[in-house]
Amino acid sequence: MSEFVAQLINLLASTLLILAFAMISQRRILSLIHLFTAQGATLVAATLVVGYATDQPHLYLSAGITLVVKVILIPLLLHRVINRLNVRWDIETLINIPTTMIIGIVLVIFAFDLALPISKLSASIARGTLGIALACVLLSFLMMITRAKAVPQVIGFLSMENSLFFAATSATYGMPMVVELGIALDVLVGILILGVFMFQIREQFDSLDISHLEKLKED
Amino acid sequence: MLTVEIVSGGPQLLWKHEFFIDPLNVFLVTLTSFVGLTTAIFSRPYMRIEQDHGKMTPQRQRLYHSMYQLFSFTMLLALTTNNMGILWVAMEAATLTTVLLVSVYRTAASLEAAWKYFILCGVGIAQALFGTVLLYMAAEKVIGTEAGALLWTNLDAVKTQLDPTIITLAFAFLFIGYGTKVGLVPMHNWLPDAHAEGPTPVSAVLSGLLLNVAVYALLRCKVLTDGALGNPLAGELMMGFGLLSVVVAAFFLSRQKDVKRMFAYSSIEHMGLITFAFGMGGAIANYAGLLHMTVHSLIKSAIFFAVGHATQKAGTQNMADIRGLIKVSPRLAWGMMLGSLAILGMPPFGVFASEFLILTTAMRDHSWATPFLLLALGVAFAAVFSRVQPMAFGETSLKKTLGHTPALFPVFAHLGLGLMLGLYIPPYLHDWYRQAAAMIGG
Repeated sequence: MSEFVAQLINLLASTLLILAFAMISQRRILSLIHLFTAQGATLVAATLVVGYATDQPHLYLSAGITLVVKVILIPLLLHRVINRLNVRWDIETLINIPTTMIIGIVLVIFAFDLALPISKLSASIARGTLGIALACVLLSFLMMITRAKAVPQVIGFLSMENSLFFAATSATYGMPMVVELGIALDVLVGILILGVFMFQIREQFDSLDISHLEKLKED
Repeated sequence: MLTVEIVSGGPQLLWKHEFFIDPLNVFLVTLTSFVGLTTAIFSRPYMRIEQDHGKMTPQRQRLYHSMYQLFSFTMLLALTTNNMGILWVAMEAATLTTVLLVSVYRTAASLEAAWKYFILCGVGIAQALFGTVLLYMAAEKVIGTEAGALLWTNLDAVKTQLDPTIITLAFAFLFIGYGTKVGLVPMHNWLPDAHAEGPTPVSAVLSGLLLNVAVYALLRCKVLTDGALGNPLAGELMMGFGLLSVVVAAFFLSRQKDVKRMFAYSSIEHMGLITFAFGMGGAIANYAGLLHMTVHSLIKSAIFFAVGHATQKAGTQNMADIRGLIKVSPRLAWGMMLGSLAILGMPPFGVFASEFLILTTAMRDHSWATPFLLLALGVAFAAVFSRVQPMAFGETSLKKTLGHTPALFPVFAHLGLGLMLGLYIPPYLHDWYRQAAAMIGG
């Protein structure tokens, strides 16, 4: 039984990793939001499985929060934002996908190497997944660096938040409840602020291209 | 509007008895409340003048003041909480509120600064969350999964049993995360932009308070790491990055044209110095670090108050266009002049005392670092003084008068306190610092 559960968690973890790679290589904004929603759903499933396997009821609650915030509210907000900004069908042309993928693979190897000594010490059933969580954090990082438009950058930021949440669930069966509530609140407020910002940036610069935001430099 | 600060201005009396208030944070709580209060006094006339200039609308005025209060609240929460997770939540919330404060003018430049600030600090602080997760993972083994495993008092009690491998990695992430917020080089890019483009009262609280709170978070993590590792790794990291910040910021100082940008770099320099001092550890260096945190907040916010009104008078932040303030407003010019001298470490101000302590400790324990520090302080002195001097004296073309009487009381109150701390430290304050320094340990 526990063998099966451990396999299931590993499966979900690798799904997350594949989704992270898919996000790096996806140019269309709408598909990015779909991928982000799928990532949130995988996270909810993983949290539920860990909660069931370890019999920790508070993980059900935190899965519920994730479901509401990351699978329903934030994608809904993002859809509204891209509709209002009319960037629904935008395609980003700047990124070189093969190179980014290779850098991504290097990052994953690095993350596994870094997490190896810690995974050995962990008592959790999902100990192999810490490396995957760290790899997802680094991949989201890469996504934020390579994107030039505001919306993909924000999605990269959110997917980093997801990966961190996965790290917390898999390594330690979730943080204390009050901390998790605080984090969820921060993320929600943050995305609201960023949404407002996108409208203002668009008003000021007539575009959501972050490369306009390079006036403040050392001269 | 001021109630929050006034109510929170009193917790001096509670010290040591409340279970999560110890000498280290009570001194920062008092400082935060005091500077928060004086900044609120200062921002009333300042923001009204901005409204007259058409930079603000009543609506944004409301947003500004409510965000200011929320910001004060999150900082006090970060300082007084006993839970490392809540500490992170409060730091993130402080970032969110200040992002709104920085962008309050809605100009292209302020939007850019706020966006950079959000992305950089958001990413940085996400690393700190990962560090906190790892910390929890280490603590859970010793304490168990009950809610208490992230409470600092519990962690402190068992710090020697925490697993060194996990803690090393955790500290690395926490250091990057909170270090971004402290403004350590090379994670400092957000700081000058946010300071230069936000309203001046916000620059004052960012420099004077938020950076302190971030240093405080770093210190809490350092205490745990030192206990778990039993070697000076955390201290060495802090010394290295602190020294790098001091040197790099000093050289950037000499290239600035914008007055608020210049003082933002000066903040990076001083935060580097403070981090360096805490990195060295030991009773004297910790004492000096705490003293430096206090006087830096007081004097840097005083400078920003003076600079704020000076730029309003001149209508520009470009230093080349601000000349001869002494003829237009002598009190303002003297406030800025004295503040700059104080921050540059001239005796008899408090900065001199703390810098002197830091330098002598560095000479004794880490003599290799002393030349770098002296060089950086010298360069900073030359850079700042040569720019502030013509701004205060020199020929003037400024004639503008302001619609509201500027509140200069906070400037001189802060400078007076800074002066007092340089000449004489009252015994109770002395004890207080000593206890806090002992808590941080070495």
